[in-house]
Amino acid sequence: MTKATAKAPWVVHVNCNSCNGCDIEFLACLTPMYDAERFGVLHIGTPKHADIMVVTGSVNNRNARVLRNLYEQMPSPKVVVAMGVCPATGGIFADGYNVIGGAEKVVPVDVFVPGCPPRPEAMLDGILEGAKILAGKRQNSVTVKPVRRIKIVRPAAPAADPAAAAAAPAPVKEEAK
Amino acid sequence: MNDIQQFFLSHLHPIINSLIALVLAPVIGGLLMGLDRKLTARMQGRMGPPLLQPFYDIFKLFSKESMVVHRPQVIYAVCHLLFMMLTLVMLVTGQDLLLTLLVHTFAAISLVLGGMSVRSPYSWIGSQRKILQILAYEPVLILLVLGVRLLNGSFWGINVLQSDTPLIQSMPLLFLALISVIAVEMGKSPFDTASSHHAHQEIVRGINLEYAGPYLALTEISHLYETAIAFGLVLAFWHTCLIGGLVLAVLVFFCLALVDNCFARLTPAWLVRYMWLVPLALALANLICLWR
Ligand code: SF4
Repeated sequence: MTKATAKAPWVVHVNCNSCNGCDIEFLACLTPMYDAERFGVLHIGTPKHADIMVVTGSVNNRNARVLRNLYEQMPSPKVVVAMGVCPATGGIFADGYNVIGGAEKVVPVDVFVPGCPPRPEAMLDGILEGAKILAGKRQNSVTVKPVRRIKIVRPAAPAADPAAAAAAPAPVKEEAK
Repeated sequence: MNDIQQFFLSHLHPIINSLIALVLAPVIGGLLMGLDRKLTARMQGRMGPPLLQPFYDIFKLFSKESMVVHRPQVIYAVCHLLFMMLTLVMLVTGQDLLLTLLVHTFAAISLVLGGMSVRSPYSWIGSQRKILQILAYEPVLILLVLGVRLLNGSFWGINVLQSDTPLIQSMPLLFLALISVIAVEMGKSPFDTASSHHAHQEIVRGINLEYAGPYLALTEISHLYETAIAFGLVLAFWHTCLIGGLVLAVLVFFCLALVDNCFARLTPAWLVRYMWLVPLALALANLICLWR
């Protein structure tokens, strides 16, 4: 199952506040030209089916809530890949009056792909790196006691990072479904 | 009566046959889907995913967290799978074809109910389009069953296997109509209006949008069964000769992949208009020829 997890990463693409450069590059990178499907990568339109969330653009006060919401709708194990410098630090938008900064402030990012925008090869590499982390998360996941007969698999709790936790606006309580 | 027929009829034990079919059908369906993705990739000049990719997808989905919007959703997903399995069992044991068709429709209806039970508008649109699809292809399937009745004098599937002439000989037009039906059921372009891999901007994922993790895997497995059933029907059109049946299946498979790659998605209203014009006309013409 872990092997299968690494071989079929489905990707959902979230555009926060980008100049659309990374957006278009990323979508172009999933076309038949680069053939991401040979790695099992599928571009899935909904977070509920996805394993990897690709974030482009910096996070601002408006879309932080949306990003958090989309992240929480993904069933774990899940991985976030930040495409470009905007979701890493805020990029050229970092000084904007409404910009919070990188995606790390809102969701736990696993892979940063630098570049403005990154090369398509780097993007693919980032997704495959994400797939490896995904498989690792699956392997280290703990099975929570069955609640009402539906088994829930959650990843092991990440190392506590007080700085990130403090910066995250309104941490939403995780509740067992 | 030739060897294959004799083999099949002499080894006709309903329970064992059904069990074998239940185990083999998803495997065959998965291989067919993998081959389809590979063929599509080659048609677009790329390498494509490994042959076993549909199985990887399903295993991965099973290893994910169970997330449901509410409990009835689970029941609908399970019902969809169970009715699809029941359809297969009824076909393999040669039951009444009309009843089989009814059970098959039940399977589709459970999926529609599941899509309608959540509050996502995309899921609703997908479900409504699925209803339109059922409306579009069901008359053709009923005419197919009627054709079998005219030919063999009974609705039982077992009588088709016992007859000496292959169906394709007396109903070639109905076979052509069936190809369109299979394209709709397998969600091939231009018929993939209810749920599509390529329609993010329009309906996101349509009918199975709100399923996640293992329950999405259940709907995927039902899809594998559906694929296997479709190609089983194609084989049954030339049941007296295995080579002939396989040639038919390969032809249909290739045609579907070609059409899938050549056409853009079209509107649901167009789908109904097309299905009621071309395949239905073909089926009716064939039926008139069969009338004695
Ligand atoms: S990283 Fe560069 S190309 Fe990408 S969204 Fe930011 S500014 Fe645009």
